[in-house]
Amino acid sequence: MMNDVTFGQYYPAKSFVHSMDPRAKIVLSIAYIVAIFLANNFFGLAAVTLFLVIAVAFSRVPAGSVLRSVKMILFVIVFTAVLNLFFYSSSDELHVLVKWWVITISWESIINMIFLAMRLFLLVLGTSVLTLTTTPVALTDGIESLLTPLKWIRFPVHELALIMSIALRFIPTLIDETNRIVSAQKARGANFETGGLIKRAKAMIPVLVPLLVSAFRRAEDLGDAMDARCYSGSKGRTKYKKLTFGWRDAIGLLLLAGLITGVVFLNIYFGGKFAILNYFL
Amino acid sequence: MRIVAKGLKYVYNPKSPFASTALDGVDIEIKEGEFFGIIGHTGSGKSTFVQHLNALLKVSEGYLKIGEYDLAEKKCNFLELRSKVGMVFQYPEYQLFAETVEKDVAFGLKNFRKELNEEETRAAVKEALETVGLDWNAVKDASPFELSGGQKRRVAIAGVIVTKPEILILDEPAAGLDPLGKKELMELLHSIHGGWCKTIVIVSHDMDEIAENCTRAAVFSAGKVVMEGKPSEIFSRADELLSLGLDIPVTAKCARILQSRGIKIGTDFTCDDFVKQVLALRGKGGERDDE
Repeated sequence: MMNDVTFGQYYPAKSFVHSMDPRAKIVLSIAYIVAIFLANNFFGLAAVTLFLVIAVAFSRVPAGSVLRSVKMILFVIVFTAVLNLFFYSSSDELHVLVKWWVITISWESIINMIFLAMRLFLLVLGTSVLTLTTTPVALTDGIESLLTPLKWIRFPVHELALIMSIALRFIPTLIDETNRIVSAQKARGANFETGGLIKRAKAMIPVLVPLLVSAFRRAEDLGDAMDARCYSGSKGRTKYKKLTFGWRDAIGLLLLAGLITGVVFLNIYFGGKFAILNYFL
Repeated sequence: MRIVAKGLKYVYNPKSPFASTALDGVDIEIKEGEFFGIIGHTGSGKSTFVQHLNALLKVSEGYLKIGEYDLAEKKCNFLELRSKVGMVFQYPEYQLFAETVEKDVAFGLKNFRKELNEEETRAAVKEALETVGLDWNAVKDASPFELSGGQKRRVAIAGVIVTKPEILILDEPAAGLDPLGKKELMELLHSIHGGWCKTIVIVSHDMDEIAENCTRAAVFSAGKVVMEGKPSEIFSRADELLSLGLDIPVTAKCARILQSRGIKIGTDFTCDDFVKQVLALRGKGGERDDE
């Protein structure tokens, strides 16, 4: 039931993207998101898509696995797209196609809807490339390393990274646990599939209570285990895997710098997203 | 109800790099009235198999029929099947959730038999709790989280047998219990076996448990049934079991030691029978062959 949550699931493979420094990948992902929001016309988005396709191709993750990550937020995308279609107000009365009650559909709202949906798609797909090619441990190592400057203002960077890696580490465990409890309650005739929203929410109680109890039990055990190994925070700790910035990372950053420059150039050259209307209307 | 499986296959996470074959063509038949044991390594597919019996995992390839229920059929009434095939998971106490023991035990009953009124439900819950050896007045209003480990497990088992399933499946029911708890649990299973509960299937790592209690058993290895028969037949093939990395009962170990000294002993590997056979050797078989 929950095994098909791809978001944040590492896809083991040996590839160019897999062997990049997690820090570089995180920086690239952030810059990629910036590029998505910088782009204000379809040509810019096309450039971002091209970059994404290259990244996926060099990650050796099957395109299907990447696309599956959209499934989770498909509802959000459709919802925002529909809202935009109905309620985006057009500045030009001539472009209005349908007007009924509070709903207005215009050429602008259609374009806006497509543009927004594409942005969200690219956003989710791009970030899932990061999580598909980087193990959770590498990811938190990268974040910890990137946040190191914050240590100067006494921000508990190491503790934060630890909390994150523990949380990430326990997601699969808790999913397994959930599946087991769901099975056990199903065996006792629990029904999770039918009924209205309230009935279904109520049906989750026999799953959530034992899950919470077991999460607390695991937290206590983990705390004891860490104490038993004399864990005392970041002071004096060394790393098993040292992060190194290599030639792959340099290529990645160069490509992305190119992308952002390209997007800015396309923005200036082609104008806003509605400029396309001038060709058709 | 008879359980028949033919060529049952199951793959976890198919078509992904995490794909793993759990069942690779399981053929097995469990007749009504048996106390059936399933033995196997961690990862041999035994838990996957028993989850099929309760339709918690859908048949993806092969044939599985329990009584009249064809589990490979999409239209099969799974809710009705689950009320007749009870399933006790490993560490069942981790599934307790309600505020009181009574409510927790009643959960399954209310799901399966909605027609029951308050008194009938309460009577059934009381009977189930008494069957597992708990004092109704002492525990009914207690929170299941206040109880001791052994009591929690009894409550969890009561929550399954409250519907009086014809077939009861238990995955490692004695795991984590002390020796006395194990003994009491097995006595409990024998006390319900043959009554409304016609067939019992237990999954176990404990070979003594299988030797003592089961009428028949099957050995799983790498998703297949590699041995099937009476415990006495299975444990007389001790070498094969050991080569599969499995344990053998203490009685079988003793029999092997005796055999290595040249003393042959015919036993069904239960403690009582073993002692009887050893005592019978007194005076005659006691001497070694080489003397």
